[in-house]
Amino acid sequence: MLVSFLTAAIQAGTPLLFATLGETITEKSGNLNLGVEGMMLMGAVFGFQIGLSTSNPVLALVGAVVAASLGALIFAFLTVTLRANQTVTGLVLSIFGSGVAGFIGQKLAGKVLPNVVKNFFKPVKVPLLADVPYVGQILFNQDLLVYLGYIVIILSGIYLYHTRKGLNLRVTGENPAAADAAGINVSLYKYLHILIGGALCGLGGAYLSLVYVPAWQENITAGRGWIAVALVIFATWNPYKVLLGSYFFGGLDIIGFRLQKFNIRLSQYILDMLPYVVTILVLIAISLRRSKDNAPPKGLGEPYFREER
Amino acid sequence: MIFRIVKRAELSKKKAIAIRAAAIVLALVAAAVFIFALGRNPVDVYLSMLKGAFGSSYRFREIIIKAIPLTITSLGIAIAFKMKFWNIGAEGQIFMGAFAASLFALHFRDMQKPLMLLIMAAAGIIAGGLWALIPAFFKAQFGTNETLFTLMMNYIALKWVTYLQYGPWKDPASFGFPKVANFSDNAILPKVFGIHIGWIITLILIAAVYVFINRTKKGYEISVIGESENTARYAGMNVRKIILTAIFISGGICGLTGMIQASAVNNTLAVEVTGGVGFTAIITAWLGQLSAPIIFIVSFLFAALLQGGAYIQSAFQIPQAAAQIIQGTILFFVLGSEFFIQYRLVFKNEHPLKTKKEGA
Repeated sequence: MLVSFLTAAIQAGTPLLFATLGETITEKSGNLNLGVEGMMLMGAVFGFQIGLSTSNPVLALVGAVVAASLGALIFAFLTVTLRANQTVTGLVLSIFGSGVAGFIGQKLAGKVLPNVVKNFFKPVKVPLLADVPYVGQILFNQDLLVYLGYIVIILSGIYLYHTRKGLNLRVTGENPAAADAAGINVSLYKYLHILIGGALCGLGGAYLSLVYVPAWQENITAGRGWIAVALVIFATWNPYKVLLGSYFFGGLDIIGFRLQKFNIRLSQYILDMLPYVVTILVLIAISLRRSKDNAPPKGLGEPYFREER
Repeated sequence: MIFRIVKRAELSKKKAIAIRAAAIVLALVAAAVFIFALGRNPVDVYLSMLKGAFGSSYRFREIIIKAIPLTITSLGIAIAFKMKFWNIGAEGQIFMGAFAASLFALHFRDMQKPLMLLIMAAAGIIAGGLWALIPAFFKAQFGTNETLFTLMMNYIALKWVTYLQYGPWKDPASFGFPKVANFSDNAILPKVFGIHIGWIITLILIAAVYVFINRTKKGYEISVIGESENTARYAGMNVRKIILTAIFISGGICGLTGMIQASAVNNTLAVEVTGGVGFTAIITAWLGQLSAPIIFIVSFLFAALLQGGAYIQSAFQIPQAAAQIIQGTILFFVLGSEFFIQYRLVFKNEHPLKTKKEGA
């Protein structure tokens, strides 16, 4: 029972994992992109459409990544190059993305993905590891994108904390003027990591439409993009905690349904508040402790303009 | 690079308006490409958008009805933004205002109309204000990030209203359909000239907020804190108290939107009561440069855009999503155009003295 719950929690948490990691990387560069929901929707709809028309799962994922990155590119151009307000631009991106998804998606409702695509995303056992009792079943008998989730988390952790470029990125987000003085190309770093962030959000969306649901529904993300924005704080901008936080919130997402089996009657709507309440508590805890490790990047939300230092 | 970017010294109002107009024209051209790709004639679509928005007195009234919550909420947001307190929690404040107003409307169905409406309005303002005060308290006390805090509060409020609508407040007389019972007539705002009196409240609030920000001591203090908290502190202002007061007012105005929408538009509490206005109003407040009169103009134009968009859906069978794409495109262009109002590009071969003067 617990094993099946945890297995399902990881699956429910995987779209959150990609989106939250993406937003974390974006925010590390000092940009707050509230367009996560829009980018996830774009990824979800393009992934599904391309999966449907080409029967090629890899192309579907590439399409999702490219579409969401294009959304992120609009955001990057407006906020980095044209210095538009990040909050407002992100919100508009969410409107735009849900428009794009709704528009393309209106012909997709009720369509079934070809078997080639479905089979590609079936759970695959990892040799040896999957045989470890309990843990193997939970962690290593999953679909390929769940594994990809593990990999991108580890790669991001190494990148951020153990490479020169990762250090540069963190400086850019903390103090762009200092980064600039040290010869770091601030705009390039911002662009690049906003785009990577968008790409990951696209993967998160594609996971929903190709693997988790898997079908097209209007507004398929159902607010997960906003939860991802919250999760970034919950995880205090740390990729490893993003993994834990995403699976934890994935568990919260499905727990109400499971509790019904035990005749525990708690309204789903009250349970749905939990992720947000928990996030607020984390936010307050961070501000109370004022620890350097858990704080948001100092330059978050501020445009950087060399001529105005 | 062949050019560099220089801050403009001061731009004449005329030129600023010209740049914005150019942005909208460019946006319409970009959207036209998209409409063309849909196999429709962009000119026809735009003309019918205009017709859909302004073509009849009924449609014009519809614009006003859409502009009312947008303007009021933008005004509330503008007060917070003026202080650089990024209140993106208007959506939640509207919900809580609507909830508190409904609490009275549903439980005292026979109260006299004027008294009932006054109590509902007061309840809406207080509830919205208190809801905003929670993040404001933590911001003022511990410096907790308000952008994300207020964002989270939206979802809690939404889930709360959903819970009420699908749970304890579900109307038993609605045959299992998840809906809160309609208000009695006493709790519904009266109409003047065919539109509920929200429009009069809107006009009063525009003037009130304008005076508050530009002509009162509190308003001045808010602007000073927005410019620099340290300056405010050195000048002996009680920063914490000012933040709390201003955010209570900001949230209270948004809460009033909730009362107006629940009473006059939905006639009850419903998850649709905000209609996303809390988010849209952030955009209109920002594009309105946080100035009450300009916010009114921008909100009106935005409402016309929404109304025109709704019309072309039925006239051209263009789905609602396409209207959203067109909206998003226009907003992207307008946001981008702000850059050209504040800065100008100087090409390398231009006279250097001129650039130096403007750059300084």
